[in-house]
Amino acid sequence: MSSIAGGRIRAPETVRWRGPAAILVLAPLAVVMLASLVIAAMVGSVTIEPPAILAMVWNRTPFGDIEPWWPATSERILFSIRLPRVLAAATVGAALSAAGVLYQGLLRNPLADPFIVGASGGAAVGAAAGSLLLALHFTLLGFGIIPLLGFVGSFAAVWIVYTLSRHHGRSSISGLLLAGFAVGSVSGALNALAILLSGRLQLRIVQNFTWLLGGISVTGWTPLLTVLPPMVLAGGFAFFLTARLNAMALGEGGAARVGVDVERTKFMIIGLASLLTALAVSISGLVSFVGLMVPHAVRIVIGPNNRLLLPASMLAGAAYLALMDLLARWVLAPVDLPVGILTAIVGSPFFIVLLRRARGQYEF
Amino acid sequence: MSSEIAAIEIAGLNFTYAQEQILHDLYVSFPEGDLAAIIGPNGAGKTTLLNCVNGLIRPGSGRIHLHGTDIYNLDSRQRARLVAAVPQEFHIPFAYRVREIVALGRSPHLEFWGSLTERDESTIDEALLETETAEFQSRRFNELSGGERQRVVVAMALAQRPRVLLLDEPTTHLDLAHEIEILNLVRRVNREQQVTVVACMHDINLAAAFFNRLLVIHNGRLVADGDPAQVLTRELMADVFKIQADVVTDPISGRPRVALRVHPNGEG
Repeated sequence: MSSIAGGRIRAPETVRWRGPAAILVLAPLAVVMLASLVIAAMVGSVTIEPPAILAMVWNRTPFGDIEPWWPATSERILFSIRLPRVLAAATVGAALSAAGVLYQGLLRNPLADPFIVGASGGAAVGAAAGSLLLALHFTLLGFGIIPLLGFVGSFAAVWIVYTLSRHHGRSSISGLLLAGFAVGSVSGALNALAILLSGRLQLRIVQNFTWLLGGISVTGWTPLLTVLPPMVLAGGFAFFLTARLNAMALGEGGAARVGVDVERTKFMIIGLASLLTALAVSISGLVSFVGLMVPHAVRIVIGPNNRLLLPASMLAGAAYLALMDLLARWVLAPVDLPVGILTAIVGSPFFIVLLRRARGQYEF
Repeated sequence: MSSEIAAIEIAGLNFTYAQEQILHDLYVSFPEGDLAAIIGPNGAGKTTLLNCVNGLIRPGSGRIHLHGTDIYNLDSRQRARLVAAVPQEFHIPFAYRVREIVALGRSPHLEFWGSLTERDESTIDEALLETETAEFQSRRFNELSGGERQRVVVAMALAQRPRVLLLDEPTTHLDLAHEIEILNLVRRVNREQQVTVVACMHDINLAAAFFNRLLVIHNGRLVADGDPAQVLTRELMADVFKIQADVVTDPISGRPRVALRVHPNGEG
């Protein structure tokens, strides 16, 4: 190759266009996210002042030696109730946003969200099956039977959709979307049937329904610590795929022309996104809106490059869901609203304003 | 870089789709630095042939070698470092900037984590300068004119630093001035970088004016191959393209030119 380099134009004189600098996007978002976590941990039946929160957390590190000025109950509330819940909300927000970025990039479809290829329907059927088995009082690693079967159903549905869309070793994007729609319809019908028959089958349908609306149902550290490591790994692996995800914007043929192994990439992206979704589902049920709108909103501001979009959306999604979960606990306290209701009610007006201001810049 | 090994060597290529044979037992070879245009009526198999060469589709039988290597022994990354292609249609969702699009051409060269190295960035600079797209590298692709877009797509292909460049009707949606601009660009790349160029062309006169070699495909068979002056004949225009036309020689360029015989009253 070097032998023919001499004939090429050398020494660029034009200024290189560089997208928004990663540090200028991610650092402020990280600060916003941490602030959201602290605020969310502050509010509740007992208010815990932010300096105390920071001091308590600092004291749990090897360097911590701050003399406590707070009541011991505050510390118990923070560590056994509030922090697990706040961190679970943030984790779910990050995971759903990452899955949204992956699906929107892969499917080149503005309506793509973490549930587009059957994950929500499968989760709903799994949860309905779980509510049939509630009497068993089965738990695993801090998860009840509904979230467990929700996880299994969510993952299984995506696997079925992916298998159905494969033909001669290839799975087409339109095949994926249509199979996703078909599996979603079947599971929607099954779920409707379960609701109709709930009296006769003695299903605890309200519990099931609340779960479907999405609510952070973490009550201790075990479920969070079970879900967190695979989520972090999946998020890291997703970042590794972002260059290929950018190339997928060229379409399948276009991506293949620039050397992307399209079938393998598709398999990895769907596998990762559905794992992130199913993990989120297992601790939060079906939280709508976040995975669809957070990536869009972030994209309008910083552009479509997935290498920055993915981490930025994860931070923004974490902050957003932590705050929405705070609202869900606070609005009708002591009633705990399903956070999925609030994410859409509060987020949609904001998103519509953003979309209208970006008109023309944001075309498909 | 001896010319003993062809840049593209196609032997016994057959391609069947839905029980219809698109390509029939095709044998053709392109030496390094070739500047060839493929012409033929719609549905003749031109696009299918290009897609076989860049590995997008797999023929039923036959072999394709690029610089001596069987393309089916290459993985998609290795193949994309040898051959780049400009497709007939190019659409991209989301508001990607020109430089970001051209950067996608570096995909087959990226290191493990997928970051662009300084070497990638300077290759992108070169591709932008070669196609005269550097001055609008910060603009959104979807806001460009047709001619500008097509130059960006060529820049993306050049950023792959391929040894073979395939173009599928690269000028179809452009006006004449932009058609000529793109073809001059392709010719310059061919001459200055020794990149082998094979393009499917819709416009026979442009193909004859800009390319050194014409190949005619008809019903999936190669029916003529050679210097434009030898290939373009009245008989070929009648047999393959089903038109009545004279072939004249351009007095200035010396290239052949097809002159349609259209009667003033509209009869063929």
